[in-house]
Amino acid sequence: MIAIVDYRAGNLTSVKKALDHLGVESTITHDPDVVAKGDKIILPGVGHFSSTSILDECGLRAAILERLDERVPFLGVCVGMQWMFASSEEAPTITGAGLLAGRCERFPANVKSPHVGWNSLICEDHSRLFRGVTSGAFVYFTHSYRAPVVDTTVARSEYGGEFSAAVEKDHLFGVQFHPEKSGRTGMHLLKNFCEL
Amino acid sequence: MLTKRIIACLDVMAGRVVKGVQFQQLRDAGDPAELAAAHGEAGADEVVLLDVTATHENRKTLIDTVRRAARQLFIPFTVGGGIRSLEEAMAVFDAGADKISINSAAIADPSLIASIAARYGSQAVIVAIDAKRVTDWATFSGAVRNDASRGSAKDDGVKFEAYVSGGRKRTGRDAVEWAHEAAERGAGEILLTSMDRDGTGIGFDCELTRAVSETVSIPVIASGGGGNTRTFVEVFERGRADAALAASIFHFGLRHLADLKRELQSAGIPMRWPC
Repeated sequence: MIAIVDYRAGNLTSVKKALDHLGVESTITHDPDVVAKGDKIILPGVGHFSSTSILDECGLRAAILERLDERVPFLGVCVGMQWMFASSEEAPTITGAGLLAGRCERFPANVKSPHVGWNSLICEDHSRLFRGVTSGAFVYFTHSYRAPVVDTTVARSEYGGEFSAAVEKDHLFGVQFHPEKSGRTGMHLLKNFCEL
Repeated sequence: MLTKRIIACLDVMAGRVVKGVQFQQLRDAGDPAELAAAHGEAGADEVVLLDVTATHENRKTLIDTVRRAARQLFIPFTVGGGIRSLEEAMAVFDAGADKISINSAAIADPSLIASIAARYGSQAVIVAIDAKRVTDWATFSGAVRNDASRGSAKDDGVKFEAYVSGGRKRTGRDAVEWAHEAAERGAGEILLTSMDRDGTGIGFDCELTRAVSETVSIPVIASGGGGNTRTFVEVFERGRADAALAASIFHFGLRHLADLKRELQSAGIPMRWPC
């Protein structure tokens, strides 16, 4: 059972729908006990970085981090990926999970923000999440803040400079784009994650 | 590279897809859920479902249609038409929409933009603007000049007025000014329809599109007038649109989506192709 963590940030039904389509069992939950029992954890989220503070208030942060210590596969999507970093310029007082070093920043003023639409990926070959996906594949983004390119970056995208489209470190995965909204490529990535 | 989007629009009335010319003469074009999936498969970058009647009685039908369409769709899915409150928006999101589009309700109560954005994020709120070139200056109350600092159309005399209620009611508001305000209030995108061009296939109103695109910092979806490949090239290049929306050209087999995207790519417009 995959636990889709509900922290009241945006719309979670699309992630659930995509997993249903793949025939993978999942549940949307804000209950730390349910998260603690998940074989895998997905932290979705569209919206503001500050909404991740709800994770702390509901005891979800502790539940997630405990599970991650047990090496349960984790996928952060959009704000969920940004939460894996130390912090974000969007809400400087909110602490991210700090699983990855770095701070998320706003797009430079010379490009329209938010970054909305289909952008191409530059993928690293060794990624488990991107197995079967090659550079040049398109995925759907919608975000105003971005994570820097770091040593755990496995896919980059370009918009007002390069940023992390995906990160991967052992059992930890994060994607800035929305795999559940990225057509066949997105479904392929979700399938890869589900099959880990 | 960020690509330009081709968005397929399904105008829905009482659970069926319809399409008209200049907001009139509606024709039946099929089942919304089937057509949404077909467009996704054919390479549409997004699907928009617009409830063109948007009557209270049809609300349940719409929600059911949205739910059926969303089940098969793994690309961004927008629903609009008749959403008047946060509660109505929530019902549409619950049914599986990724974004909602609001028009008349946003004009009537602009704070609705912020209240939906606060709950679902700005990226989930599209403000739709139906704009028409002003020909009747005597009754255009919104004759506010766009100031030069925003880089929009200035003294060339061209003005666009925002209409509501499916194009039936004038607002007296300058469409470019309204787009600016909507963006300031937290809209994530502007869906800009030229009423003069809607359903004609003779080309988008590039002047209108550019005026809005240069005024706001959020993406602008151009709508109304899409026809041959050239019309799309023009709205992306001259109109500076981030996305273009089209309906009838796809529904009735007048043109295959894939052909359009391939041709646009050949013309140098960045496209998600192959997809």
